[in-house]
Amino acid sequence: MMSIIWPILVIVVTVFGVLGVAAVSTMLERRLLGVFQDRPGPNRVGPFGLFQVIADAMKMLFKQDWIPPFADKPVFLIAPIIGFLAVLLCFGVVPITPIWSVAGNLNVGLLFIFGMLGLGVYSVVLAGWSSNNKYALLGGMRAAAQMISYEVFMGLSVMGVVMAAGSFSIRDIVDAQTNCWFIIPQFLGAVIFFLAGVAETHRLPFDFPEGENEIGAGFHTEYSGMKFGMFYLAEYAGVALSSALVTTLYLGGWHGPLLPPFLWFAIKVFLLICFYILLRAALPRPRYDQLMSFGWKVLLPLSLLNILVTGAVVLLRAGV
Amino acid sequence: MNIVLELYGLIAIGATALAITRTIPVHGLLYLVVSLLALACMFDELGAPFAAMLEIIVYAGAIIVLFVFVVMMINLGQPDQLREKGWFAGGAWIGPGVIAALLMGLLVYGTQRSTMAVGTAGTPIGPQQVGLTLYGPYILTVELSSFLLLAGLVSAYHIGRRIGGKS
Repeated sequence: MMSIIWPILVIVVTVFGVLGVAAVSTMLERRLLGVFQDRPGPNRVGPFGLFQVIADAMKMLFKQDWIPPFADKPVFLIAPIIGFLAVLLCFGVVPITPIWSVAGNLNVGLLFIFGMLGLGVYSVVLAGWSSNNKYALLGGMRAAAQMISYEVFMGLSVMGVVMAAGSFSIRDIVDAQTNCWFIIPQFLGAVIFFLAGVAETHRLPFDFPEGENEIGAGFHTEYSGMKFGMFYLAEYAGVALSSALVTTLYLGGWHGPLLPPFLWFAIKVFLLICFYILLRAALPRPRYDQLMSFGWKVLLPLSLLNILVTGAVVLLRAGV
Repeated sequence: MNIVLELYGLIAIGATALAITRTIPVHGLLYLVVSLLALACMFDELGAPFAAMLEIIVYAGAIIVLFVFVVMMINLGQPDQLREKGWFAGGAWIGPGVIAALLMGLLVYGTQRSTMAVGTAGTPIGPQQVGLTLYGPYILTVELSSFLLLAGLVSAYHIGRRIGGKS
């Protein structure tokens, strides 16, 4: 009986945990942006403005949910769901603590994440196409090119870690970092992975699919109510996923002295989310072609070099 | 009989049929994605998780996205849908149907004669074993496909160059 209840419990708590983290990080972002920009930020609703999350959620749920008559209805409906599900499924293979993970032992865990990120591209592309709106279409096309390109660098940069750990299972990768976090030998890979993560979640400063001063609101121009809310939540869940991945792949996951494993994981993820927000506050948006040429002309050669050097070191260590 | 496997197979066949008969190209491509995902599930069920993930990453996650990208760029409208409807009318589908049926017959004949077990789940093969096999007995295939990819890369670069420009 326990063997049935425990996995279900883990799944349900993980799903709602991710939703909670995504909702709270919208609030965290607004407060932190306030701090960075020397203004109070939302502080009226409840203690420290904490109930603002609930107020925003209520607003989103009760707003009129409108489907434009010129849109392609089924695709318009399914696009936000795809994006949200893809991010949520990724959390299934992320081991949070040694005992708390849905499928952290999956021997192709990392590949599963890349597969789901690949499917996540459809959400933005289809939203842009089905809206039948020129701004949305431009946003969708930017998203397709940007996300597919940066998925390549993301995959290549992570190969260094896979080689060093000798496994695609994220659980094994975390266990391989008991003595030394991978960010030290794999620093280049970690930087490329983080940059690709920012582009993959299309967060500022790489938010070209929704660059508001160029193409309105981009791919979600025509979305309103809870369908927009799903894009919104998926974006913050994506930030949390990216932070969780950097934590497990490069920062030793739950490993750390004194504190219990879960707390170490939570602290690392929290700090990374804050860093994401600092990036938004600190950096201006580059041009779209600059992003693409930076990716293919700088990140691609660097990540290939990283694989080459890591491979050589692994062979030397093995004494071949 | 593995019921889960049969179910995935049914989904794949249904989605492929829908992909062929849709007149809006993006809808057809989406059904194709569903079919590819069902195929990936079948691979996983048969004990090839690595191949399943590659199927999702490469086909569903990259190639079909590029198809959608192209369809978005040329932005097909109402007239194209009407033209597509016209293609389904009459006997246009008989020829391809007969050829496909022949191929199907060959496939069934081949699998009936083969001594290998078909449609039964084997022991799962991890990514490490796949890598060892690829870079062991199948190294020639890997090298040949790398030639092919290099040729593709060079020609893409050639086509994409700026004519008359400096770079």
